[in-house]
Amino acid sequence: MLILECPYCGVKAEETELHAGGEAHLKRFGPGSSDDEFHDYLFMRENPKGVHFERWRHVTGCGKWFHAARCTMTLEVFGTYTAQTSAPPQEIRDAITAKRPGWSWREFE
Amino acid sequence: MSDPLSALPGARYAGLATIEESGLQGMITLRGDLSSKTLQKAVKAATGADVPSQRQIAVATGGAAAWMSPDELLLLVPYDEVEQTTSTLAEALSGEHALAVNVSDARALFSLSGAGAREVLGKICPVDFDPAAFAPGDFRRTRMAQVAAAFWLDEAETFHIVCFRSVSQYVFNLLKTSAHPQSRVGVYG
Ligand SMILES: [Zn+2]
Repeated sequence: MLILECPYCGVKAEETELHAGGEAHLKRFGPGSSDDEFHDYLFMRENPKGVHFERWRHVTGCGKWFHAARCTMTLEVFGTYTAQTSAPPQEIRDAITAKRPGWSWREFE
Repeated sequence: MSDPLSALPGARYAGLATIEESGLQGMITLRGDLSSKTLQKAVKAATGADVPSQRQIAVATGGAAAWMSPDELLLLVPYDEVEQTTSTLAEALSGEHALAVNVSDARALFSLSGAGAREVLGKICPVDFDPAAFAPGDFRRTRMAQVAAAFWLDEAETFHIVCFRSVSQYVFNLLKTSAHPQSRVGVYG
């Protein structure tokens, strides 16, 4: 059972109170982009064994979207953070580095 | 004008705890900047209560204000004053980025009282109901089995449960099942 702390209401919510929103920090390629860019934006996703970044929604709680950094192998949660960012904040990266030195995920490390 | 009816008038069940439908309750959903002085004044004028802190309910004599999210409150006012209060509130907030809506008839309200109340809710919500973790004045939005719900605990150790009116029968049946006299677990003493 995954337990994530919602950064908006402070509830340590278990999985059934949340809705998974897929991969975090996608950059949208819309009108004006190339077919390849649009294809990758639509279909290409990370599938890591280890550090991963996701979007979650506190669906039956405060209703807000937020981000989570966790390990897909151990279910360890490194932290949750605001949805109003397009990159993981430094304290989240530091928390991951403390546990998984040398990690990288897409352009982040 | 037709006579307004609450969701399940007079519904009552006594088991491990006592469940009662609470009748008509004025409820206003208010969204806006909770740190705004104008909004705080308007909430005080509408309910007599201050803007509550995170996951709390502020109760006053004539009403209450409950924390729903960082930009949303649920205001409780007498049912027969709710329309007037909603328009007064909207007027007081003109110019603010805010919205007040009367949702009274879209909701149902139940009370849950008695020694087994914490356990009855604990079976159907993913929430820690230990007295140290959930105290009078605490307010929580969560899941009640398959539907969304919200509740608070008052000083008399009675829970007040808000759900959508369309699922009121489901919630009442669910609470009855959870309060069945032969289903005692005894986790909360
Ligand atoms: Zn939340």
